[in-house]
Amino acid sequence: MAEPTDTRPDTVTVSIDGRPVAARPGEMIIAAAERAGVYIPRFCYHPRMRPVGVCRMCLVEVKGPRGFALTPACFVPVSDGQEIVTDSPTVKKAQDGVLEFLLVNHPLDCPVCDKGGECPLQDQTLAFGPGETRFVEEKRHWAKPIPLSPLVLIDRERCIQCDRCTRFADEVAGDPLIEFVGRGDHIEVNTFPDLPFSSYFSGNTVQLCPVGALLSKPYRFKARPWDLEQVESTCTMCSVGCRIAVQSSSNRLTRYLGIDSDPVNHGWLCDQGRYSYDYVNSDQRLAAPLVRKGDELVESSWGEALGMVAKALDSARSVHGPGALAVLGGARLPNEDAYAWAKLAKGVLGTDNVDAQLGDGLPAEVVLGLPRATIDEACSAPAVILLAPDLKEELPVLYLRLREAAQKGVPIVELTPRRTGMSRYAKATLCYRPGEVADLARALMKGTKSDVAGVRAADVSATRSLLAEGAVVVLGRPSVSEPAACVAAAAAELAAIPGVRFLSALRRGNVHGALDMGLAPGVLPGRVALDDARDWYSSSWPTVPAERGLDAEGILHAAAAGRIQALVLLGADPVADFPDHQLARRAVAGAGFVVALDAFLTESARQADVVLPAAAFSERRGTTTNLEGRITSLGQKIVPNGVAWPDWMVAVELAARLGTELGFESTEDIWSEIERVAPSHAGITRDVLADRRSRDGVVAPLAEPAPQGAVPAEAATDTTAGATTDVPGDVDPMSDPGIDAAETQGVPATAVVPDPPTATGPVSDEPRPPLLAFAGEASPVPSAPPDAYSLRLVASRKLYGTGTLVQRTPALAALAKPPCARANPTDLDRLGMGQGGRVRVRTARASFLVDAEPDPGVPRGSVWLAFNSGEPGTDGPGELIDAAQPVTDVRVETP
Amino acid sequence: MAVTDAKPIVTRRVGTADSWTLKSYLADGGYTGLKKALSMEPAAITQEVLTSNLLGRGGAGFEAGKKWSMLAKPRPAYVVVNGDESEPATFKDHMLLENDPHQIIEGTIICAYAVGAAQAFIFVRGEFALGMERITAALNEAYAHGAVGKDIFGSGFSLDVVIHPGAGAYICGEETALIESLEGKRGFPRIKPPFFPAAVGLYGKPTIVNNVETVSNLPWIVENGGAAFAALGIGRSTGTRIFSLSGHVERPGNYEVEMAKTTFRDLMEDQRLGQGIRNGNKLKAFIPGGASAPWFGPDQVDMALDQDAVGKAGSMLGSGSVVVMDETTCMVRAAWRITRFFHRESCGQCTPCREGSGWIDKVMRRIEEGGGRESDLDLLLDVCDNIAPGLGWPPRQTTICVLGPSIPSSVTSGIRMFRDEFLLHIKEGACPYG
Amino acid sequence: MARLTPENEKRARELIALYPEARSALMPILHVAQEQDGWLTPDAIAHVADLLGLTAAEVYGTATFYDMFFTHPVGRHLVSVCTNIACLLNGGVELLEHAEKSLGVSPGGTTHDGAFTLEEVECIALCGEAPCLAVNWRFFGSVTPERFDTLMADLRSGALADTVPPHGTLCRVRRSVGLPAAAVEPAPAEPGAARPQSPGTT
Ligand SMILES: Cc1cc2nc3c(=O)[nH]c(=O)nc-3n(C[C@H](O)[C@H](O)[C@H](O)COP(=O)(O)O)c2cc1C
Ligand code: SF4
Ligand code: FES
Repeated sequence: MAEPTDTRPDTVTVSIDGRPVAARPGEMIIAAAERAGVYIPRFCYHPRMRPVGVCRMCLVEVKGPRGFALTPACFVPVSDGQEIVTDSPTVKKAQDGVLEFLLVNHPLDCPVCDKGGECPLQDQTLAFGPGETRFVEEKRHWAKPIPLSPLVLIDRERCIQCDRCTRFADEVAGDPLIEFVGRGDHIEVNTFPDLPFSSYFSGNTVQLCPVGALLSKPYRFKARPWDLEQVESTCTMCSVGCRIAVQSSSNRLTRYLGIDSDPVNHGWLCDQGRYSYDYVNSDQRLAAPLVRKGDELVESSWGEALGMVAKALDSARSVHGPGALAVLGGARLPNEDAYAWAKLAKGVLGTDNVDAQLGDGLPAEVVLGLPRATIDEACSAPAVILLAPDLKEELPVLYLRLREAAQKGVPIVELTPRRTGMSRYAKATLCYRPGEVADLARALMKGTKSDVAGVRAADVSATRSLLAEGAVVVLGRPSVSEPAACVAAAAAELAAIPGVRFLSALRRGNVHGALDMGLAPGVLPGRVALDDARDWYSSSWPTVPAERGLDAEGILHAAAAGRIQALVLLGADPVADFPDHQLARRAVAGAGFVVALDAFLTESARQADVVLPAAAFSERRGTTTNLEGRITSLGQKIVPNGVAWPDWMVAVELAARLGTELGFESTEDIWSEIERVAPSHAGITRDVLADRRSRDGVVAPLAEPAPQGAVPAEAATDTTAGATTDVPGDVDPMSDPGIDAAETQGVPATAVVPDPPTATGPVSDEPRPPLLAFAGEASPVPSAPPDAYSLRLVASRKLYGTGTLVQRTPALAALAKPPCARANPTDLDRLGMGQGGRVRVRTARASFLVDAEPDPGVPRGSVWLAFNSGEPGTDGPGELIDAAQPVTDVRVETP
Repeated sequence: MAVTDAKPIVTRRVGTADSWTLKSYLADGGYTGLKKALSMEPAAITQEVLTSNLLGRGGAGFEAGKKWSMLAKPRPAYVVVNGDESEPATFKDHMLLENDPHQIIEGTIICAYAVGAAQAFIFVRGEFALGMERITAALNEAYAHGAVGKDIFGSGFSLDVVIHPGAGAYICGEETALIESLEGKRGFPRIKPPFFPAAVGLYGKPTIVNNVETVSNLPWIVENGGAAFAALGIGRSTGTRIFSLSGHVERPGNYEVEMAKTTFRDLMEDQRLGQGIRNGNKLKAFIPGGASAPWFGPDQVDMALDQDAVGKAGSMLGSGSVVVMDETTCMVRAAWRITRFFHRESCGQCTPCREGSGWIDKVMRRIEEGGGRESDLDLLLDVCDNIAPGLGWPPRQTTICVLGPSIPSSVTSGIRMFRDEFLLHIKEGACPYG
Repeated sequence: MARLTPENEKRARELIALYPEARSALMPILHVAQEQDGWLTPDAIAHVADLLGLTAAEVYGTATFYDMFFTHPVGRHLVSVCTNIACLLNGGVELLEHAEKSLGVSPGGTTHDGAFTLEEVECIALCGEAPCLAVNWRFFGSVTPERFDTLMADLRSGALADTVPPHGTLCRVRRSVGLPAAAVEPAPAEPGAARPQSPGTT
């Protein structure tokens, strides 16, 4: 376990201003007081970081051997019988004195400061500050805001040296790139000259700063806090599901702020998520339906466009049968939209050729069918195995949580084709040869005398000992140029670890919700197998697919071969995202009719026959499901751009035109049906989700099958409450997280929902079908040993890449780097390219020039290219990959 | 009282030819104290030091033996010798480093043996280039002589001693800042709890921090016994101690005299010592224990150099430096210069010290330069009060370390003792002393 | 404007070997870097960071806390005049004013020929010989205006070259013993050889 189980009594009693208060042993006075309703002012203290006690704002009197003494409440822990005074004249004078000192060198330029209106220093001063200033001397001067990074500026004159940003960079992010520079009242927060604060988490420092010293470049001068409206929501840029406050002014998104969700993000966000609001504001958003006239896509009306789509779907089905229809994507849609499309595709059109993933994920049986862990469970596990992509690049806040766990002593074992951002904190990093991870996993379970997959036998044995007490496996695709089947087979091996649980590391925002909702071949909504649940669903759906359909790769092959007459792309861009770019291009070209629902005209959408403008994040209500299976509400803050529709409405309208009513008029209707028919979601009613106590979301399935029962008190009174109304209670993300949130670690998420009720009983008296279980049949694809002249390709993502959303976010687009082939120095030396330089990479199907860089983190014999770099069709790594090959061996040559 | 003829202990070799060399040190019986110590039980040495009641010479004046006995159990433990001497007007450790480095090394090893330390570090103020060269050379000699390193003098006790250079920051004299600095960090004093390095110190391990002069006494104490040391002086103020005498005296310098039996007047006027105020001028005020100490006036010169007496009188012997100011001194200027020092040296962690020191510096400057207002005096006192609430002695503090409450000493002394002179500056709009 | 020379990198590794934790060697190594270039060049800081497994920002942030480290070039001779209390009482301020006139720079400034950088320092613990100053941390006591000018002249002419090494050179005696076998270097100059008379006490 991370922390030794502690044997201290579970409460001590202290006296605060003469009032007895029960406190938790070891907690700081400031926390105990706050819970008792006594707010002690503070600036440097932050419940998610190590206390430093430097600002001195929190001075209170504490009785010691020599009588009462002024003591920083943020630094001194409670002890039984302790006497604390927070309201004496001495305390008042000390606190007023500190406040006055803080203003001595502060410019007091609130009217032109972004922070004005939400500034703790300003609030303190207005509340308690000296009326007029007694300081008439010259203030300290610094050049006005200077950039610390492309995203963050600092106004050093406003800085109060609270050490929050610098502590965050060092302790929380592990990127100590900003530091105190100088001494005394010349201290400034700065970087090493010309070495920017290039941390994926830099934006958090702006939110943490208790004054207006740290500024967001994109937000600067954009709005005044009092003009901002706010709704709580969840970031869907990746699947971690960080809670955010979405803020807007006059129907334009202005910023996202992290909300402290104890089981998930602790208030932190990555910069990709924090700044992604700007893609919603992009002027490149689709503003009207487009239909193909010749080789032109021309603006059209919803009526005409939907008519064409309905006709195409109908004729494809009636002439060629449901097998000629296919739906790709949906992993970025809210659950309700995903369900509506699953019902249309499988329950109305009758096709099972449906896949939310684009060949870069894992089979639904693996993701949904293995015993699952929450983030908290992973962070307190006896050991964590990372069989996943570089979390720092793909799931940044999960990286923060696990990094913290590692530093608290949870051993981390990496099975990875190259060293990752986590490697420096890992107990073991086993770099395997792409394609052979299953052999490595087997060796880990059974032991080995000889080296496996390029890993030394000794290292394998040393690592095995770390797994004795069980483990949580973080499971994803370390490289998209290695088959999912290899990872599935490895997972099957690791499933034998006693008490093992799995935490999915699939990336796309709501991929787990999409799988829950049935957007995958062979499954139906509620984590059930098509064959197990056919009868169950036939009672509530018009039809159910006759047999298992194709996955993304199968669909693309079929389309390329002309066997798909109608292809629906739900916010999916296979031409850019499917690992095998050439196959994706041939498929989109070969499909009879292509309709794309999207917010932008993606590479794939350009080829479509009809393009329908979809509403974007923050323009629609709904729920989303993170990688734990945790369901949270998405808030709608603004009305859609142009005439964009949410995807579920398109499904309803198309169904109607095909002569079927899906039976929804709102996302609330859809959720009620999901709760009713989807076995994994039974009991998670709109009321349960709306319950204040489930503001951190609800992990499906609920602990016990939901008994018929009363609606929780709060919810019951609130009859308008629905799954998609925002969680009640207002948060102020600019203030510190509630101390409680920071302290009650690891509560099982379902604990917030005592006796969750079911809105209505099962639709039929049949027993609910069993939830999916991964049988563990997965055979690794044998791969030929790499030839001596080739390097084996590792293709995984960087946080900032060529993806549509990042590229449509001005602040982030520029941060994407051009493609670069990273290989072990010795391999580059062999090519006489020790220092790197331009090289040609070549496979049987493509060849192009890229920069090469020596990277000792890449094992000999492999080469790493960021999958989301370069241009599809020219120098995207996807050009090199052949889906038919188990692995991709690349020739790297001097040009 | 009068100056006793107690023999100097730590300075007895200063001035002898090549006093810093091993040859000279051995000729004067060097390292016999260490040899004797190594033949004793460590606990017995601590007992001797307790008996001697040797008070720390760095400023806080804490009993060395008592500190050693408080060393926490966990091992390894470390010994750190504080040679960062930066307290204004203190120049005794500088002298010891240049003139008797072997005595420091010998004392360091005795301390390390007594407390069972794994390694010892001598932190030498970075500016002391010559002192650094002398003690580094001495360490090389001592190693060659078998006095440091593996199996010292065949006793089976081994110890490595590292000379660590500072880099220019007064605050690193504060023991917890010193430790941070020794760990390669910014010299930010550590916040309490934990309260003593003896509990949690270098690398989080139990650590004894002692001043250069303190450890220099150890060879003599071990050789002659704690009782012999305690026989000198009176009450808690035992032994002899170096006083750095500076300012307006005929013969400034370091004088090692018997504690408690000698008075400030002896120090300033005795022919063997200060030889009187320069040019026969009158004494206006003096600082009894370094820039951090509140000032005394002529009426207090007959007070004995007794730690407790001085403490009771509202100041401290501190680092043992006595600054003499005669009638020609501008008290505003003197007080301003000292505040300015603290402003420049505040580490910057604590708001009251970081901002308060600069504020007071700027107001004092304004008064000295003729821009003063009458309200400034109350303002100064109130700002001081916000750093050291109550302005009492020993001071209370709103800061982490005691540099904070040291800032007010000179200003409040100046205003308390020379309010008229301050007001004169303000009325005349200029410094009457030009 | 360099990273550490191979010789100095070796010294750095020896220093690291002296301490239980590598970072403790940070300041000693920075003194080596400053001895090499006269100030802390960005390349040297980056190199030191690599040697200690720190970021350049961490090394830079630490270095700038300490007055003796310069992150910009300074003159061959750093002339540090004390004006703290004991010197104030004995003409330290007047000495500084004289120094400003005679060198033609104000505190913080460097003479055109790059020979001298003048600074006002806090107490340098030579109060018995106030007013006093240090040149590259070699101390000179009881400095009258006249003595100051001859001193500067001697420094210019190189007459004091063996007492006052170039700025950055702090301790010319190297630890020669007790180094972990791995880090032992060839025996250095006999300690006495490098030993100057105490300027302060002459
Ligand atoms: C601001 C400040 C500066 C100090 N400077 C020194 C110093 O230069 N030398 C020293 O030995 N002690 C200094 N001290 C005292 C040390 O913190 C510590 O008490 C002392 O080194 C312990 O050694 P001792 O018990 O032998 O005196 C200073 C304390 C403070 C608060
Ligand atoms: S009191 Fe001053 S010197 Fe001491 S820790 Fe606080 S800021 Fe630093
Ligand atoms: S909040 Fe306690 S000192 Fe800053």
